[in-house]
Amino acid sequence: MKYSANSVWENKDAYDIVVVGAGHAGCEAALACARLGLKTIVFTVSVESIAMMPCNPNIGGTSKGHLVRELDALGGEMGKNIDKTFIQSKMLNKSKGPAVHSLRAQADKNKYSNTMRQTLENQENLEIRQGEVVNILVEDSSVTGVQTYSGAIYRCKAVVLCTGTYLKARCIYGDVSTHTGPNGLQAANYLTDCLKELGIKMYRFKTGTPARIDKRSIDFSKMEEQFGDERVVPFSFTTNPEDVQIEQTSCWLTYTNPTTHEIIRKNLDRSPLYSGMIEGTGPRYCPSIEDKIVKFADKERHQVFIEPEGLETNEMYIGGMSSSLPEDVQYEMYRSVPGLEHAKIVKNAYAIEYDCIDARQLHPTLEFKSIHGLFSGGQFNGSSGYEEAAAQGLIAGINAALEVLGREQLILDRSQAYIGVLIDDLVTKESHEPYRMMTSRAEYRLLLRQDNADQRLTEIGHKIGLISDERYQMLLDKEEIIRKEIHRLEHTNVGTSREITDFLTNCGSTPLTSGSTLAELIKRPELNYELLEPIDHMRTESFSREIMEQIDINIKYEGYIKRQLKQVEQFKKLETRKIPADIDYDAVPSLRIEAVQKLKQFRPLSIGQASRISGVSPADISVLLVYLGH
Amino acid sequence: MGFKTDTIAAISTAMTNSGIGIVRLSGEDAFSIIDKIYKGKSPKLLSEQKSHTIHYGYIMDGEQTIDEVLVLLMRGPHSYTGEDTVEIDCHGGVFVTRKILETVIKYGARPAEPGEFSKRAFLNGRMDLSQAEAVIDIISSKNDYALQSSVNQLKGSVHNKIKEIREVILYHTAFIESALDDPEHISVDGYGDSLLGVVKDLQQKIQRLLDTADDGRIIKEGIKTVIVGKPNAGKSSLMNVLVGEEKAIVTEIAGTTRDVLEENIQLQGVSLNIMDTAGIRDTSDIVEKIGVDKAKENAEKADLIIYVVDASRPLDENDHEIIEMIRDKKAVILLNKSDLSTVVDKKALETLITKPMIDISAKEETGIHELESTLKEMFYHGDISFNDEVYITNIRHKTALADALSSLKKVAESIENQMPEDFFTIDLMDAYESLGSITGETIGEDLVNEIFSKFCMGK
Repeated sequence: MKYSANSVWENKDAYDIVVVGAGHAGCEAALACARLGLKTIVFTVSVESIAMMPCNPNIGGTSKGHLVRELDALGGEMGKNIDKTFIQSKMLNKSKGPAVHSLRAQADKNKYSNTMRQTLENQENLEIRQGEVVNILVEDSSVTGVQTYSGAIYRCKAVVLCTGTYLKARCIYGDVSTHTGPNGLQAANYLTDCLKELGIKMYRFKTGTPARIDKRSIDFSKMEEQFGDERVVPFSFTTNPEDVQIEQTSCWLTYTNPTTHEIIRKNLDRSPLYSGMIEGTGPRYCPSIEDKIVKFADKERHQVFIEPEGLETNEMYIGGMSSSLPEDVQYEMYRSVPGLEHAKIVKNAYAIEYDCIDARQLHPTLEFKSIHGLFSGGQFNGSSGYEEAAAQGLIAGINAALEVLGREQLILDRSQAYIGVLIDDLVTKESHEPYRMMTSRAEYRLLLRQDNADQRLTEIGHKIGLISDERYQMLLDKEEIIRKEIHRLEHTNVGTSREITDFLTNCGSTPLTSGSTLAELIKRPELNYELLEPIDHMRTESFSREIMEQIDINIKYEGYIKRQLKQVEQFKKLETRKIPADIDYDAVPSLRIEAVQKLKQFRPLSIGQASRISGVSPADISVLLVYLGH
Repeated sequence: MGFKTDTIAAISTAMTNSGIGIVRLSGEDAFSIIDKIYKGKSPKLLSEQKSHTIHYGYIMDGEQTIDEVLVLLMRGPHSYTGEDTVEIDCHGGVFVTRKILETVIKYGARPAEPGEFSKRAFLNGRMDLSQAEAVIDIISSKNDYALQSSVNQLKGSVHNKIKEIREVILYHTAFIESALDDPEHISVDGYGDSLLGVVKDLQQKIQRLLDTADDGRIIKEGIKTVIVGKPNAGKSSLMNVLVGEEKAIVTEIAGTTRDVLEENIQLQGVSLNIMDTAGIRDTSDIVEKIGVDKAKENAEKADLIIYVVDASRPLDENDHEIIEMIRDKKAVILLNKSDLSTVVDKKALETLITKPMIDISAKEETGIHELESTLKEMFYHGDISFNDEVYITNIRHKTALADALSSLKKVAESIENQMPEDFFTIDLMDAYESLGSITGETIGEDLVNEIFSKFCMGK
């Protein structure tokens, strides 16, 4: 649909930055820009849908929890917001190594959304405006403003697009299809054509959500109760850990069974996925229940998690059973699951299709290569998930602001943050499905832990201007304590005295036959810093859990950490070699034609980025290095 | 992958017999590596000696003496590459030079990429601008060639073995990763115990590949040698004698060998890549004809041809065809079946073609020693040689196998030390990557694809 305005008028208020969309990406982008002192306006099709969670009712999870903590260390809002609004929290993978510990909290959805809305409303320099943006105004390949459906023009210096799943959105179940965004909200039908006219390549992706069921119709006695952690760890490094020790709500676990699977199989021909009605590409990591049954036919049951949507609603989210089957099949299918025999559906499960971009058109700063001042973040970039969206929104917002301020752009690399991995993957690799973060995507994950996100990124957040001096100083103090204490442990010897032998025997640890340092003892799987207190006579202070954890991790996994640090050193050598923007690849002798084409198309910013483009070989990289060596 | 500034090593003399062979090392660890393998009269370490000095001593691999050598020391930036550089001048045998290269690699160097010494020289400002383009040319042409030849050289069976090992590694990694990613759906608790067995088994498999690599069997390298002759001249028997095991099927029936068999043998430091071929004759049997055509094709490309003449039968038109075919090639003529009454006259044959001729009996294994000496002679006189690129890629294969093995050892260690499961996959993926460098495959999205295709993720 191409937009044609009836009455055009120009809003005379001057803005530095326009953010399009107020979902998880848009909120972070808008807050970052406003907090950096830029006059910012954020558009949303509905003010009521600010920071809405249209799918699962939780924040975090494996690798996504990492993103939230990183975002927090850089000065983002998501971590603080979930700390204020969660109703259950769990550290996943606690029995595994520290690199894969991941925090996940159940959110009270309404409260989450309202709290974020208040934060936006009270933010200095930030205006919220309900309205659909239909045009991006561009002159000489530079953004000059946007136009809304009413015809109004808002001039600005940079635009951040965070349209989520709203562009030409279509919701589908069975043979029913509505042209709406998630949750029945109005879709944005005009912007796609404007973007295409600007030469931007679009994809069509698909995702889905399960039904919401009335709590009163569920028989929980047939399900297993899932509790939160006894001691809750907050997401934000600024939240006082004592403030999050609240009374928590339970989730519930039940299972599908052969009857469920039979019902689905029998009705597959009525699924829009198999009838060809859905054209978008769906994510493999979050398959619909019909996908799971087709693909993993030999599995006799699948888990179903029943999660509350909030404290003030009876709606329950049916995790694991997203679907686009017709309404009558949905009833039959859900009611075959133990505990859901009498389920009353509040909202149907549905699949949603939407327009997004091929993110390889972006620089790692999230600015379009072809349009100066146009940035984008979130599901619009082909990702999926609230956390992935928020992380990109923050970076896109920061870079839009830095550009307007004439400051150097922020690029986090793969060795610095999951956010770096996320964005590098998005802008470098070809993707045919919504991109989800996974810990296995991070090469240096031992270094990119959720527990040290503050040590990795607070300094950067401070430099940008989103982290206060006070918070930065607190981090420096914490690091100093950790460093000193580790040094002391590495230089404190314990012998083979009776006391030590008895202590170790009591801990189920082999007694020493010769002298050892306390650090050596901490390396033993059965021991840790806290346990050694009785034999550590020089210990004067008792540290917080967070600090003790850092001491343990750094000592226990020292060997592995050092190895990854060494790999990072090699990686950085390529990453820090910048390629001049005006490089003429045709003039580079001996570069293969395929490489020339790819490099011209991609215009990578560094040798490191160039090396990750498919079709560019190590030999091409060598050639480039020699050429740049001139 | 990619550009590194670690320590590289290469043989910088031609891979033929000459007075001396030179192995060159360049990079940060050049001095510390030579310290570990050099033994001289002076108790002083070479790293403590002055730059631009020459030292006489021995290259040692632990207790084993490899060769008597002269070592030249050049500290950066005053060297060809601008980095710390060590040159080892050894006795020129191919075997010895190669052994020294393997030793420096064992102690921490990495085989240099083609043109890499020049590249470093350039990047360190030791070369002027006009030379730069030439360097670029070398890098781009040689690298592609090296990669290509490296992959091409793998025998099908070895390629398949490496592929199998990679598949097993990927599967287990994907399982662990899917459980880490979706802990509420997939449990990996206690997985270490079963993984340990798998890892030990893989270690053995790689060790076996490495062992054969040491015999020079795994990777086809060396002088491309083709055995030709008319049917039933005894080519396959000769091949079996040279290889030392029954590889080729030997029967009384002419035309038994229809395909081309390949084996690698070492003759006192000379590496021969021997191919047995179908007997050359005019035939109407389609399968055999393909074999004959292949034989001719291979002979055309060969560095060396061993022409087996059945001395018990008179020369016929097939022999004449072969004589024409090998006229301009390096070749040795063997008069086989000397154990029977011979009818082919050596003198008469010499009027037709001038090549070294040896009487042998493949059946009785006589004359084989003479053949070996003749071949060695030809090699050391530079009559025949082979491409050193080919050799380098083989060292690279071996290094990659050794790397994969050491990664798997680390996995086993992590399991035995009761590390959490996520530590296993770090080294598993390293092993996967090392093996991939042999078959020319990179990781890409392999892991993510495997996770999604094999394991049902939640939500």
